[in-house]
Amino acid sequence: MAKVLMKGNEAIAEAAIRAGCDGYFGYPITPQTELLEYMSRRMPELGRAFVQGESEIASINMVLGAAAAGKRAMTSSSSPGVSLKQEGISFLAGNELPAVIVNIMRGGPGLGNVQPSQSDYFQATKGGGHGDYFPIVLAPSTVQEAIDFTILAFELADKYRNPAMILGDGSIGQIMEPVELPEVESKPPDKPWAVTGCKGREKNIIRSLYLLAGPLEARNVILQKKYREIEANEQRHAEFMLEGAEMVIVAYGTTGRVAQTAITRARDEGMPVGLFRPITLYPYPKDAISSLVEQARVFLVLEMSAGQMLEDVELAVKGTVPVEFQGWLGGRVPTPSEVTQTIKEIRTKYLK
Amino acid sequence: MPEGEVVFARPAALEDTPTHYCPGCTHGIIHRLIGEVIDELGIREITVGIAPVGCAVLAYHYFNFDTVEAAHGRAPAVATGIKRVSPENVVFTYQGDGDLAAIGTAEIVHAANRGENITVVFVNNAVFGMTGGQMAPTTLPGQVTTSTPTGRDVKVDGYPVKVAEILAQTTGAAYIARRTVTQPKYVRSCKKAIKTAFKTQLAGLGFALVEVLSTCSTNWGMSPMEALRWLDENMIPYYPLGDYKVIDEVKALP
Ligand SMILES: Cc1ncc(C[n+]2csc(CCOP(=O)(O)OP(=O)(O)O)c2C)c(N)n1
Repeated sequence: MAKVLMKGNEAIAEAAIRAGCDGYFGYPITPQTELLEYMSRRMPELGRAFVQGESEIASINMVLGAAAAGKRAMTSSSSPGVSLKQEGISFLAGNELPAVIVNIMRGGPGLGNVQPSQSDYFQATKGGGHGDYFPIVLAPSTVQEAIDFTILAFELADKYRNPAMILGDGSIGQIMEPVELPEVESKPPDKPWAVTGCKGREKNIIRSLYLLAGPLEARNVILQKKYREIEANEQRHAEFMLEGAEMVIVAYGTTGRVAQTAITRARDEGMPVGLFRPITLYPYPKDAISSLVEQARVFLVLEMSAGQMLEDVELAVKGTVPVEFQGWLGGRVPTPSEVTQTIKEIRTKYLK
Repeated sequence: MPEGEVVFARPAALEDTPTHYCPGCTHGIIHRLIGEVIDELGIREITVGIAPVGCAVLAYHYFNFDTVEAAHGRAPAVATGIKRVSPENVVFTYQGDGDLAAIGTAEIVHAANRGENITVVFVNNAVFGMTGGQMAPTTLPGQVTTSTPTGRDVKVDGYPVKVAEILAQTTGAAYIARRTVTQPKYVRSCKKAIKTAFKTQLAGLGFALVEVLSTCSTNWGMSPMEALRWLDENMIPYYPLGDYKVIDEVKALP
């Protein structure tokens, strides 16, 4: 298949179209806006729905409506906008509605800036809105992965009737890379629960209100069972030069990519270091990390945040091996030399 | 008339179920009118209703067709999402005045302005019913509620929001009317307006809303009869009944 040069945001949009996205609803915000603009052009061409909502709140609720109607639906935004979508994401989870949400993260808190960041990890992976729920969260580190994971997000959302999120940092949205756009074979499953008009069947009700403790407890038990199933089946990660690595770097997205360059250099200098790159941030690939404690003498977590994923690594490692951390704040992206320097320091501390 | 002929029955669009609404509350009458209209238009099997957050959150217990429960105030956005991907469905929202005129103001104004091809039944009972009778945007000046214990002071709380008047200003709206259901003549007129609002959507003419002045005897602290009278005497003067916007295509509807 011929490669084309595409910007991350546009690639996600085109991937969603190929995945059969029937409705896109969004609101402009840097560094994600090209996604919305691409959709505004392509969706009407294909006779599909595009609405620029009056806010992120409206957009996520339009997504909820389209998902309730049994269609594949998507919204995209960046950090401040995704904060506004949390109520809607909680309702999607409570209603068990599949939908895809893209967060091209920027620096925060507050208005922050429009530079790349990974500081929405807690919000994305721990529920984000109210109630006991988790969206499925996928973290691309290249434009090609952004495409592949977008398609996967639609499939997983449908499979588990749950919201799924693409969590990319600003550089994933803005970078241009040669990519292959696959033809998507998979068809959405039948959705007998959808509100399509009750012709020939009992009426369908989509709701999250259960006024009494008993029924709501029962409802939550069902949801939790689903999350355990997702955790058992869908943990995904990538490995780079882990063979013989005594120092295991854990980093996702752009940070994982920077780490990869730094690791190549460190290996050239004979340092036994490798990369564990989570692809699913929920479910967190904790089983694979846990099994690495046999091999690793130290973990080094790198994030463009003050240390959010760090907690999940610590939980997986359970204090058996030291876990070190380096973070970059305010939209600063690490350079490979900074990471190489850190690798050297950690090596001196633990491996010599 | 032959013996045994059924001349009055529960609409197929309504369930046979006991009501949870308080004595004297007019939500039930409005549900009934929607049910009758949906039956008469023969659209039960293609209709999707959106229930609000408010006393009508359980509307799906009464409506016998597909229903979605929206977050507080977001029903017009949910309806937009459904209608845009499934234009063959008839989509309507049912919303109270806290839902539509407080937290959901942005969603309703923009749905109207986009000329979204949906129908809205807006129930104005001048209070937040479900949470126990606090001030709503529609609470009248001087009206005592649990959050305006000495009466709504317009200098502090601002003025009651006139939804029909505001939305009639949006270019996208096709049909905007205000009715009530306190007397049989009003009930008949209200049903006609609700029917027009659904016909507007069926003809693809755009956004239609019927504001229905409604009672909340429990939170107003009145008997059902007193509440009906209080509405007629106090709410209708502030919120005059009538048609606020009827585009020519709607006027021409059969
Ligand atoms: C986001 C959010 N805020 C507040 C509430 C609490 N709440 C439930 S119903 C309601 C007011 C409903 O009043 P109205 O729309 O007038 O409907 P009524 O109950 O009078 O029919 C409020 C504030 C909520 N459920 N969700």
